[in-house]
Amino acid sequence: MQLARVTGTLVASVKADGLEGVKLLIVQPLDRHKQPEGGSVVAADGVHMAGPGELVYVVGAREASQALPNTIVPVDLAIVGIVDAVEELRSGAGRKEQP
Amino acid sequence: MKVGRVVGTVVSTISSPAFEGRRLLLCDLLDASGHADGSYLICVDTVGSGAGENVLILDEGNSARQVIGMSTAPVRAVVVGIVDELTVDGEAVLRD
Repeated sequence: MQLARVTGTLVASVKADGLEGVKLLIVQPLDRHKQPEGGSVVAADGVHMAGPGELVYVVGAREASQALPNTIVPVDLAIVGIVDAVEELRSGAGRKEQP
Repeated sequence: MKVGRVVGTVVSTISSPAFEGRRLLLCDLLDASGHADGSYLICVDTVGSGAGENVLILDEGNSARQVIGMSTAPVRAVVVGIVDELTVDGEAVLRD
């Protein structure tokens, strides 16, 4: 699983079977310092509550479909959680960073 | 499987049900010389590992679901062990 920032939404009225009702969002993958890494990609919203600007974590490959109600769907990236905070731990001391 | 180092935790209130009550760790991945290779993974903790510890990471969905005991879960990366010692070419690369 990786961090990503939701940057947009995507609407497609013609979709493969099983994708009806699945919200599609544009996400920018991030490195662990929350800097953009690679190009933007489309992810299915597995939590139904993610929106532009939010810091999320995503799961790729076959496991992405497990986040959706119908698990036999052609999806290779899904948002599985919205990040409240990333706490960098250094020698036992926690430093909380806001998303 | 991969070797990583726990560098942080990820706090998430709104998540897929499979993540409820689970601890998410931010782990740097290590190369064969024990240094961070620049990539990272967010992993579900199954062994109670903590900051700075070197860990064994599984990054494959089917095995991950088996480890957390769920037949359907959008989980791929799990921490499955704490590394005591790693030796490469006869040299100790990591030691607890």
